[in-house]
Amino acid sequence: MAETRPGNTRVTYDYVTRTIARTLGTPSRGYFLLLAAAVALLGIGIITLLFLLRYGLGLAGYSHPVYWAVFITCFVFWVGIAHSGTLISAILFLFRSGWRTAVYRTAEAMTVFAVMTAGLFPLIHIGRQWYFYWLIPYPNERGLWPNFKSPLIWDEFAIGTYFTVSTLFLIMGLIPDIAAVRDLATGWRKKLYAITSIGWTGSNEQWRHYTRGYLYLAALATPLVLSVHSVVSWDFAMAVVPGWHTTIFAPYFVAGAIYSGCGMVITLLTPIRKIFGLEEIITVKHFENLAKLCLLTGSIVGYAYACEYFLAWYSGSTTERAAFWYRAFGSYWWATWTMIICNGFLPLLLWSKTIRTNITALFVISIFVNIGMWFERYVIIVVSLAGEPFTKWTNAVYNPTWADWGIMAGSFGWFFMWFLLFVKNFPAVSISEVKEVLAPPRRGHARAVGGGTGGPH
Amino acid sequence: MFSTPATPGVLGVFSHLDTTLDAIKKLRAGGFDDFTVYSPIPRHEIEDALGAPVSPVRMFTLIGGIAGCSVGAWLALWMSEDWPIVVGGKPVGSIPPYVVIMFEMTILFGALSTILGILLNTLYARRRAGTILYDPRFTNDRFGIFVPAGSDKASTAERVLRDAGVDEVRRG
Repeated sequence: MAETRPGNTRVTYDYVTRTIARTLGTPSRGYFLLLAAAVALLGIGIITLLFLLRYGLGLAGYSHPVYWAVFITCFVFWVGIAHSGTLISAILFLFRSGWRTAVYRTAEAMTVFAVMTAGLFPLIHIGRQWYFYWLIPYPNERGLWPNFKSPLIWDEFAIGTYFTVSTLFLIMGLIPDIAAVRDLATGWRKKLYAITSIGWTGSNEQWRHYTRGYLYLAALATPLVLSVHSVVSWDFAMAVVPGWHTTIFAPYFVAGAIYSGCGMVITLLTPIRKIFGLEEIITVKHFENLAKLCLLTGSIVGYAYACEYFLAWYSGSTTERAAFWYRAFGSYWWATWTMIICNGFLPLLLWSKTIRTNITALFVISIFVNIGMWFERYVIIVVSLAGEPFTKWTNAVYNPTWADWGIMAGSFGWFFMWFLLFVKNFPAVSISEVKEVLAPPRRGHARAVGGGTGGPH
Repeated sequence: MFSTPATPGVLGVFSHLDTTLDAIKKLRAGGFDDFTVYSPIPRHEIEDALGAPVSPVRMFTLIGGIAGCSVGAWLALWMSEDWPIVVGGKPVGSIPPYVVIMFEMTILFGALSTILGILLNTLYARRRAGTILYDPRFTNDRFGIFVPAGSDKASTAERVLRDAGVDEVRRG
């Protein structure tokens, strides 16, 4: 950050604290409108869920052999969204990328709320939510234990760990910032922040243990994030369905997850930056870097698509060839081509610097990234099942119903509601880490060094 | 956790990093070694000037990680053996699929014990320092040094801080 504007003396430590603390002030009308929209969407989801509970999963569009459908699609979509948050907060931390400081808090909050959203879908999908605890290995009267050879159990462990660790990581990062806000706040807010900052003063002992611990959490979160979407991909890859049963799935899913997550970060940051006036802190440079990440991961995804088709042909397996022919030219050709255009070709626009530095263009592209990545999961899950070549006589044209869409709309409402409440009540940009990349105040200005050389970066 | 009686001492408020570092060096040269430095951001210069050892949090992470890996292995293996279902003549407790469980538990326990390590270590440091003076500007844009000193050494400490270029000095 500092390196992008070396001569900018307006951005001081005090400016950073006050600008970010301002986001916690009285919200504008736009904020309340967005929040109301989110709550309304959540309401639709809750009503749909009540119908599903009363009348059963038959309300959703399941039809043989498509028994994994929109709910599982949404599950994978939301887990994927979560991934770039940890990439930005943990992996870029280990790479010492100074630019992450301005955007990582938003990305990390997005991670936590996206995992919270994703976690709902397997529960909705099982139909009888009140038996969710059967997933957990607990001593029971039948003496049964879960099957640890099942990727679904791996998934439960992976998602559970991911949710716990990303929440801890978010809270850890928040503590010094809540303390900074506490020291500016008055009244009940001061009390709230005094409790939630658990006695943070910024003393040398606190920083000594904190920075070490943060480093190790980042080091643990890095392999974790790569493992989580790999495990999610094995939910499919371990099965024998053509279109699922490939070894490429783990890296392909991880790249896709980060691609969709970066898209979602751009989608979320654009309005936040506008609403809260954070233009000086979240700069075009940050958006450009996010766009570059999109370009990189989008290219990997495009390459994976090409690989899948090539290997289906090259394998010589007739079922595999039939499955991929069905994917591209069968009943769902429109979903497949939406996915290929949005994920394979659209990111190529980001080679242009003019587009990378145009925030409106990036916002529009990011929406298409989200749409494309939702369709990727739809294509992988629904189309592979619908086109199973060895059950030709049972092929059904699956169509999602209002119940599927209602739950999906509810999930967006749930996610945005939490996100909007978070950015209003806690610092949505890291105060202490943004300061770290500024040049520290020195009396002897001649000796002043550039940013990013002294902190844990 | 519970407030201990206030520790007497001198608090210096600094606007600049270099003057803070200078004060740390002068204090250490003057025989003060248990003072507290406040800063709004972590800086390696401060850690280096204080010469503090590497935080023991890393041992918590290591032990937690190893414990998690063992628990993961035990969970999957013991539960498989407790209700053995032989599928296709394959081993009941097979390691490759259980690596996933062991891996996830390593991360989970490692992260939890890292947090515990940070909490316990900072709590210990806080108990040792007692209740000391603080200024709300330390989380914004000021650096601070609190030197615990009785009435005999307080004026020496204050002189050292002023020498280094402190902005304000308070006694507590």
